[in-house]
Amino acid sequence: MTASAAPVDAVRARPVDVLGSWARHNAWAIGLLGFLALLLAYTKLIQPSYGVAGVQGLAISALPLALAAVAQAIVVISGGIDLSIGSMMALTSVVAAVLMKGQPEEFGVVVVVAVVLLGLFLGAVNGSLVVLTRVPDIVVTLAMSFVWAGCALLVLQSPGGAATKWLKDLILGSLGSAWVPKAAVVLIVIVALVWIPVRRSRFGLSLYAIGSNRPAAFRSGVSVGRTRILAYMLMGGFTALAGLSLIASTGIGTPVPGPYTLMSVAAVVLGGVSLAGGRGGVFGPIVGVVILQIIRTDMTFLNVDPNMAVVAQGVILIGVVMVGSLVQLRRSRA
Amino acid sequence: MSETVQPESTRNPWLTLAAWRGIFRDRPMIPLLALLVLLVLASQLVRPGMVSPGWAGVIIRASIPLAILAGCQTLTMLTGGIDLSVGAVASMAGFVTATLVHGPGGVPVAIAVALSASALAGLLNGIGIGVFRVHPLIMTLGMGLVVLGFANVWQLQTVQTGTGVPEGIRWLGSQLFAGVLPFSLLVFVPLAALILVGLWRTGYGRLLYAIGDNPIAARLSGARSWQVIIVLYVVSALLAGIAGLLILGLTNIASVRLADSYVLPSVAAAVIGGTSIMGGRGGYGGTIVGALILTVLTSLISALGFPEAARQILFGAIIVAVAAAYTRVTSES
Repeated sequence: MTASAAPVDAVRARPVDVLGSWARHNAWAIGLLGFLALLLAYTKLIQPSYGVAGVQGLAISALPLALAAVAQAIVVISGGIDLSIGSMMALTSVVAAVLMKGQPEEFGVVVVVAVVLLGLFLGAVNGSLVVLTRVPDIVVTLAMSFVWAGCALLVLQSPGGAATKWLKDLILGSLGSAWVPKAAVVLIVIVALVWIPVRRSRFGLSLYAIGSNRPAAFRSGVSVGRTRILAYMLMGGFTALAGLSLIASTGIGTPVPGPYTLMSVAAVVLGGVSLAGGRGGVFGPIVGVVILQIIRTDMTFLNVDPNMAVVAQGVILIGVVMVGSLVQLRRSRA
Repeated sequence: MSETVQPESTRNPWLTLAAWRGIFRDRPMIPLLALLVLLVLASQLVRPGMVSPGWAGVIIRASIPLAILAGCQTLTMLTGGIDLSVGAVASMAGFVTATLVHGPGGVPVAIAVALSASALAGLLNGIGIGVFRVHPLIMTLGMGLVVLGFANVWQLQTVQTGTGVPEGIRWLGSQLFAGVLPFSLLVFVPLAALILVGLWRTGYGRLLYAIGDNPIAARLSGARSWQVIIVLYVVSALLAGIAGLLILGLTNIASVRLADSYVLPSVAAAVIGGTSIMGGRGGYGGTIVGALILTVLTSLISALGFPEAARQILFGAIIVAVAAAYTRVTSES
C-alpha cells in the first residue's frame, strides 16, 4: 500500500521523485481530463451548434450530481460508503423548498444555513450509527436511505415548495465570459473553500489513514471513530448543498429520491477513488460527473433511445468499476 | 461487561445477560419467532378480530415473493455479496411473461423466455463479480439498470401486442386454498426446501459459507470461488425471476417496475433473519421468519393508519436496530 501513503511520502521525497510520483498518482485524473477533451471534441463534431448554451446546461445539470459525488468521495476515501445520499438530497431539498416558499429573499439565507446544518446533522446521525453499532456502512446507510426518504415524504407529500430567487440566480447564467457558467464557479469555489483546507489539515490526513489501513491508523493515534463521524458529517454538508442546488435548478422540491446515490458511486469510481478506501481525491469524481453528463447529452444528440441510455449508464458503471478493479489487481501483484 | 466479575454459577443462568446473548447468538430462531408472535398479538390488540385464518393466509401469500427475493439476498450475503438487481430481474421476468402470453407457444414459452433472460442477467452478474472482482453492490446495481433499460425497450417494442396475465399464474399467485392456504406455497415449499437442504447438506452450500467466512482459506482449500460465485448469481437471478412470476400473479399488473419496492425489504428480511452481510453466517430459516415479520409489521402499520412514510422510517430503524443487536451478540463472544 505504498501509493496510499503518498501524501506523507511526497513531502519528504526528492524533487524528481515528487514529479514522478505526482504524475503517477494523478495519472488517472490526467487520463480523465484527456478523455473529457476527446468527448467534448466528439460532441462538437456530432452537434456543430454545441457551444455556450451547451456548456451552460452542462454545468447546471452537473452541479447537484457533482456535489453528491464530492460527498460520496469523502466517505469512500475514509473507507465507508453512503447509500442514503439520494434520500438525504431529497430530504434537504424539500425542507429548503418548504421553508423558502412565500418567504422574503433575506430569509433564504437563513434557510440555506439551516439546511446545511441539517445536512451536517443527518451525516452525523449516519456516521454515529455506523461507528456505535459497528454494523457495516452499507447496511446502515441502506437502512437510513429508507428513513430519510420517509422523512422527506412526511415533509412534503408531492413535488412543491419554491426556491428563493437569489439562489436560482446564483447558478443560472454566467460570470464574465459567457463560457464561464456560474454553476461551475460556484462548484469550484465551494469545493476549494472546503476541501483544500480539509485535505491539508490533520483531519484530512486521518481521513486517508483510516481509509487506507484502519488498525495502523488507530495505532498511530488517530481517533478512528471520531474521524469517521466527521467524514460522514462533511458528506452530509455537501449532500445538503447538492439538495439546495437541486431546488435552485428545478425551482421546486421533490420528495422522491433521484438516481443520485448510484450515480455518485459511479462518478467516484470513475474519478479514481478506490472503493476500498484511502486513495483518490474529490476533483477526479467531479470530472467523472462531467463525463457522465456529456455522455448522456451525446446520446440525446445521437437520438439514442432514452431507455438504451439507461442501459448505457449501467454498462458504464460496471465497466468503469471493472477496469478499476483490474488495475488494482495488477497493482497488487506487481 | 459486569457479569464476568461475578462467578456465573452463583447466578440463575436464565437471568444473566450472557445467557440471553447465547440464545440470541446460537438459536436466533427463538427470539425471531417470539417477535413474530408479539407482532401478531399486537395486530389483534390494535384491531380485535383482525387475526383470523383468512388473515394468516393473506399474510403468507404476501410474504412468499418477499421470502424468495430475500432468499437471493441470503445466499449472496453468505458469500459476502448482495444482489440488488433482484427488483429489476423480477419485474422483467413478470413483464416479459405478460407480453409473450399471446405470442407463439403461449405460457410455457413465455415463462421459459423470462427465466432464461433472468439467468442471463445472473450469469453476467456472476462473471463480473466472480471473474472480474467487481464489488457485488456495484455490479448488481449496474445490472439492475441494464435490465430495467432493456425491459423498457422491450415495452416499447410490444406496445401493440398488449399484455395479459396467464390464468395459471394468477391462480398460483393470488388464490387461496379453502380461503386459508395460498397456492403459491406449491412453488415456495419446494424452493425453500431446496435452499435449506442445499445450505445444510450439500458441498455447494458449505462452499458458500466457506467463501464468505474466509475467501483466502477457501481458495487454499481448493475451492474455485469464481465458479461458485457464477452459479450463485445465476441461482439468485432464477429465484428472482420465479418471484417475479408470483408477483405478477399476485398483483395482476404487468409493469417494468413491478418488483422495485421489494428490493430493500428483501435485504431487510435477510438481515433480520440473522444473515450477516459480511458473509459466512446466517441461514434461510431465519430469513423466512424475517419476511413474515416484515409483512405482519406492514399490515400492522396500515391497520394503525400510518402513512407510507412512517412504514419506510420504521423499516429503516428496524434494520439498523436488528443488525446492531446481531453485531453486538456475535462479536463479544
